[in-house]
Amino acid sequence: MDYAGSEPGVAGLHVPPLAVPNQRRSDGTPPITSTKIVVSGGFGVGKTTLVASVSEIEPLTTESVMTVMSESTDRLDGLPDKTTTTVAMDFGRVTLESDLVLYLFGTPGQGRFQFMWDDLVRGAVGAIVMVDTRRVEECFPAIDYFERSGLPFVVAINMFDGSPMYEESDLRDALSLRPETPLIECDARNRRSSAEALAQVVVHALRMVGAR
Amino acid sequence: MVADDGGRGSASRSARVRPYALTQGRTAPGHILFVETLVTTLDCEQGEESALDAGRRDMPEVRAIIVLCRGVRSVAEVSALLNLPLGVVRVLISDLAAQGRISVYQTAGDTGRPDRALLERLLGGLRRL
Repeated sequence: MDYAGSEPGVAGLHVPPLAVPNQRRSDGTPPITSTKIVVSGGFGVGKTTLVASVSEIEPLTTESVMTVMSESTDRLDGLPDKTTTTVAMDFGRVTLESDLVLYLFGTPGQGRFQFMWDDLVRGAVGAIVMVDTRRVEECFPAIDYFERSGLPFVVAINMFDGSPMYEESDLRDALSLRPETPLIECDARNRRSSAEALAQVVVHALRMVGAR
Repeated sequence: MVADDGGRGSASRSARVRPYALTQGRTAPGHILFVETLVTTLDCEQGEESALDAGRRDMPEVRAIIVLCRGVRSVAEVSALLNLPLGVVRVLISDLAAQGRISVYQTAGDTGRPDRALLERLLGGLRRL
């Protein structure tokens, strides 16, 4: 995609900026702190649904232009012989306190995009790996990645209508989860359930801070 | 790997703000432009061109960033709302920060992982949603 020829749009100006106190805090630190949680998992597993159910703004999409390995199939853009592609990432925002804002980033789950995750997860609180029990294998690249990176993460089974139910121990086996990795259920369409899943990421991150 | 930056030639370079980036008049080395890093245009009244911006021949993208960031925005929001790739936005914002025209806020993760105090506030906030 060629961005050089296109004027930057102003279509999104209706998305309100953050309301930020004017003054620096008494200790001299800036008046607002931002942080992020990463939401990962396979295609169509409900990442954007979870982001949308918690976000105070309509989820936005940001694009990274990047080079990908040439592959004859499974092209994102459907074009042959092209070595750069645009990877889209959906994200949302939720202001938790007047001076604390949390960003939620949905990342493409496919293993070949992992090189962009390093950049994305730096500084993150932690991650949720979402799982559709009908296609558990699609979350494996994400689980492998977060285990290696040491980022606190929880695995969340997205409760789709009609999803088969499994025993937790069977799921843990199927996912080859480490004993310390939390496995939870959530309904990404439900705000409270999604917020609780995010809270579990923070609980796990706190546990890991304590263990350091 | 080299990103396609639309031929402008600078987008594939560092995602870091240059060490001499100015924030609110103070030198703040080591600032990193994460996707969640908040930025805001300095010294700018709504609808006016600031003294810093007057007379400059900025690229349209730079002007758009200056206008958009009169409110506090994250790097990712700038990218999404202006329909510019993240890599390009990072370079332009880091240039503007180096020129003292945009202020870059610290994030909770600038020094590694967010600390316990922040995590506890975050947990409380999520549980109140």
